[in-house]
Amino acid sequence: MATVDKSKVPWWVSNLIVPLVNLTLALFVSGLFIFIAGENPYEAVKLIIYGSFGYIEGFAYTLYYTTNFIFTGLAFAVAFHCRLFNIGGEGQAYIGGLGVFLVAINFSFLPVPIVWFLAVGGAVVFGAAWAFIPAYLQATRGSHVVITTIMFNFIAASLMVFLLVDVIRDTTQMGPHTVALPKEQWFPSFEDFAALLGIKIRYSPLNISFLLAIVASVFVWFLVWKTRWGYEMRAVGHNTQAAIYAGISPYKNIIIAMCISGGLAGLLGVNEILGVHHKIVAGFPAGYGFTGIAVALMGRNHPIGIFPAAFLFGILYQGGSEVTFDMPNITRYMFVAVQGVIILFSGALENLFRPQIENFFVNRLNLKANA
Amino acid sequence: MVSPILELKNINKSFGHVHANKNINLTINKGTIHGIIGENGAGKSTLMSIVFGLYKANSGTIKVNGKEINLRSPKDSIVNGIGMVHQHFMLVENFTVLENIILGFEGELVFGKNFVKAKKDLKNLCDTYKLNIDLNSIISDLSVGFRQRVEILKSLYRGAEILILDEPTGVLTPQEVDELFKILRSLNEEGKTIVLITHKLIEIMDLTSQVSVMRQGEMVGHIKTKDTNKEQLAEMMVGRSVLLRLDKSEVKTGDVVFKVEDLTVKDDLDVTRVKNVNLEICAGEILGLAGVTGNGQTELLEALSGIRKVESGEIYLDGKKISDSQNFLNPRELKEKGLAHVPEDRQRMGLVTDFKAYENLIFGYHDQQPFSKSSILNNKDIISHSKTIMEEYDVRPQSPNLITSNFSGGNQQKIILSRELNEKPKVLLVGQPTRGVDIGAIEFIHQRLIDMRDRGAAILLVSVELDEVLSLSDRIAVMFDGKIVGEKENKNVTDRELGLLMAGVV
Repeated sequence: MATVDKSKVPWWVSNLIVPLVNLTLALFVSGLFIFIAGENPYEAVKLIIYGSFGYIEGFAYTLYYTTNFIFTGLAFAVAFHCRLFNIGGEGQAYIGGLGVFLVAINFSFLPVPIVWFLAVGGAVVFGAAWAFIPAYLQATRGSHVVITTIMFNFIAASLMVFLLVDVIRDTTQMGPHTVALPKEQWFPSFEDFAALLGIKIRYSPLNISFLLAIVASVFVWFLVWKTRWGYEMRAVGHNTQAAIYAGISPYKNIIIAMCISGGLAGLLGVNEILGVHHKIVAGFPAGYGFTGIAVALMGRNHPIGIFPAAFLFGILYQGGSEVTFDMPNITRYMFVAVQGVIILFSGALENLFRPQIENFFVNRLNLKANA
Repeated sequence: MVSPILELKNINKSFGHVHANKNINLTINKGTIHGIIGENGAGKSTLMSIVFGLYKANSGTIKVNGKEINLRSPKDSIVNGIGMVHQHFMLVENFTVLENIILGFEGELVFGKNFVKAKKDLKNLCDTYKLNIDLNSIISDLSVGFRQRVEILKSLYRGAEILILDEPTGVLTPQEVDELFKILRSLNEEGKTIVLITHKLIEIMDLTSQVSVMRQGEMVGHIKTKDTNKEQLAEMMVGRSVLLRLDKSEVKTGDVVFKVEDLTVKDDLDVTRVKNVNLEICAGEILGLAGVTGNGQTELLEALSGIRKVESGEIYLDGKKISDSQNFLNPRELKEKGLAHVPEDRQRMGLVTDFKAYENLIFGYHDQQPFSKSSILNNKDIISHSKTIMEEYDVRPQSPNLITSNFSGGNQQKIILSRELNEKPKVLLVGQPTRGVDIGAIEFIHQRLIDMRDRGAAILLVSVELDEVLSLSDRIAVMFDGKIVGEKENKNVTDRELGLLMAGVV
């Protein structure tokens, strides 16, 4: 196989065509699964589309999932620009949620917008702090962040269970969760806005955190490509030797990149605590941290790519639950497998067809140029 | 009656535009120690890698014992009795000697009969050749000299009749070198053929019976060792190529701006690479530092530019101490003080090849005005600055948005050079400025360096290209084995004189 001259590959081939081909393949394989399970794949696709777009609450759910995936996808992407594989989004989100709750409950005497502002800060600081320890170990001791962050997911989960059972549990209830935050602190939800316009809709978890996700996307874009920090992080990521030559400290940048990454993952806690549960419930990150890795890879670690990738996973989450509801042969776990296939094709097997596709287009363009 | 064991005919090998081996003919006789000598980049290692099946020649034939063979991989050459000990050892560090040697030749799934037999055979080999290796020791516990013996043993166990050693003494202490030579002699007495690749004349004179000299990809001569001497070999090695002539005005030196006192530097493996080096460079002069690669120039440059820690000694800039073993400035602080550095290895150190050209054109200066203000990059100014200097330094293509790896080697070098020279440094450290660069760019780069010198910069030029050192420098120092072994005004210095110094003869 001839190697492709990267400079001749048009951007839309590597950034649009390749992901689309991978996605199509993943959907095809998923269709096979559904077919084997004894259901009609075409009907399943129709259900997914109906479930995620067909009615207003369904669409709101889609955007709610999208919000979470944007946060965790951005988190992974920032660290990845410094060539750090932050698998710890799950744990950082969990601890970030703790930050949100502690700030909100302890500063409830302040005006609500200020509490919100501080709670977002709490999410960032707690998430960043949880990422700081693996970052420090990587920078000074060379302990690989993949190992440490994944361990820190377990530590975070255990720590939170301990806190929720023994320290901050709502003692009037049986379940492992805290007391609810005062109602005025709850983030305005989508149905609140609809009600303002005089439209009455049923409950959905979508809330103004979605806007925060858009702000975070712009922030990441600006940070990575428009600031000295992003520039230095990318330099360390691409060529550590060269960074040292230019007087850029790898040590400092590993820590900065991981902390920003952890902070972004922590924002998931804002959506879940201020927007949805209004208290900490055990296990609220629910795998968003891991799926965020696939979102970032599919979105090529760029906010402009992460947004549609997150939206796609939102559709799958929401549409998937609709499918499992209506098709008795498709269990919830079947749909987890479908998501797995998509992660496989767009993440792990991302380069499976890339050379062929790029070759094809480069040759076509050459022919055109010669003709 | 001597019979040829290995014959090479018209071997050609190119890497891209570089013609590494041109029509090489070589005959090695059975039972001899044959030396192959040449400067860095003469094509010795490439040639031997072809013989060992690591590279495939573009054309030419290879015969072993008179039979033409087709080498597709090292496996083929091992079958044909060719063994190679590389400059960098190919050993699994956490395996024992025994495990390393049988690796790939285990011959059974569960270690048993073959394993025991291998152990016995190896014991015999060790005894025959007085290798004195404990088969059960872990590689990472062994010294470099012993690791090399393991490599030799590995080749012998696999049935090597021809043993190729690529710069075997580069990593050894003098005592280890003596031991190695003893082993090589005893191998030779037992009838093995040995090919020794080196750039050290002393080793050739000591050990070999035949010597072939390579220069710039060509074989320039075969000669019996006893019919020649070091001086003649040095001359053959360096050759008498036409110097690139430059318009160079008379040197007008100013005060000493850069001074190195008694500098000692260690490398990452804690080996002392730079030994008590003293240098002085005045404003408006170029000091050329000649020497064969691996004699401490890399570590010296890294220490001077703040990348590597100074073990002992002091460095002064403008009469002020900038570095010693306790306090040192980092590369960024040195840049602010007017010290620029063009590193030896542009892709490993000088550039982030995945970056766009404009990002590399500010690399290291990215935190200075007007490129960034309070941590935010000012892309408009960066791009317009990039366009200007790309035009000034004739970087082609002149597109600041192109990814750097898409530029040719010469243009990548111009990117680095334009970045470093544009800051008008007081002191400029330059390592291998024209390595792998086409002729046109070489002239351009040389002219720019001369311009810098005329503008009053103090320049340290480190190069393994003797021609380059001779045509650019006002003074020349030669580095060998971490020490400055000679320093001369660049008047009536011959390349032969320098060649002898570089080979550590005088």
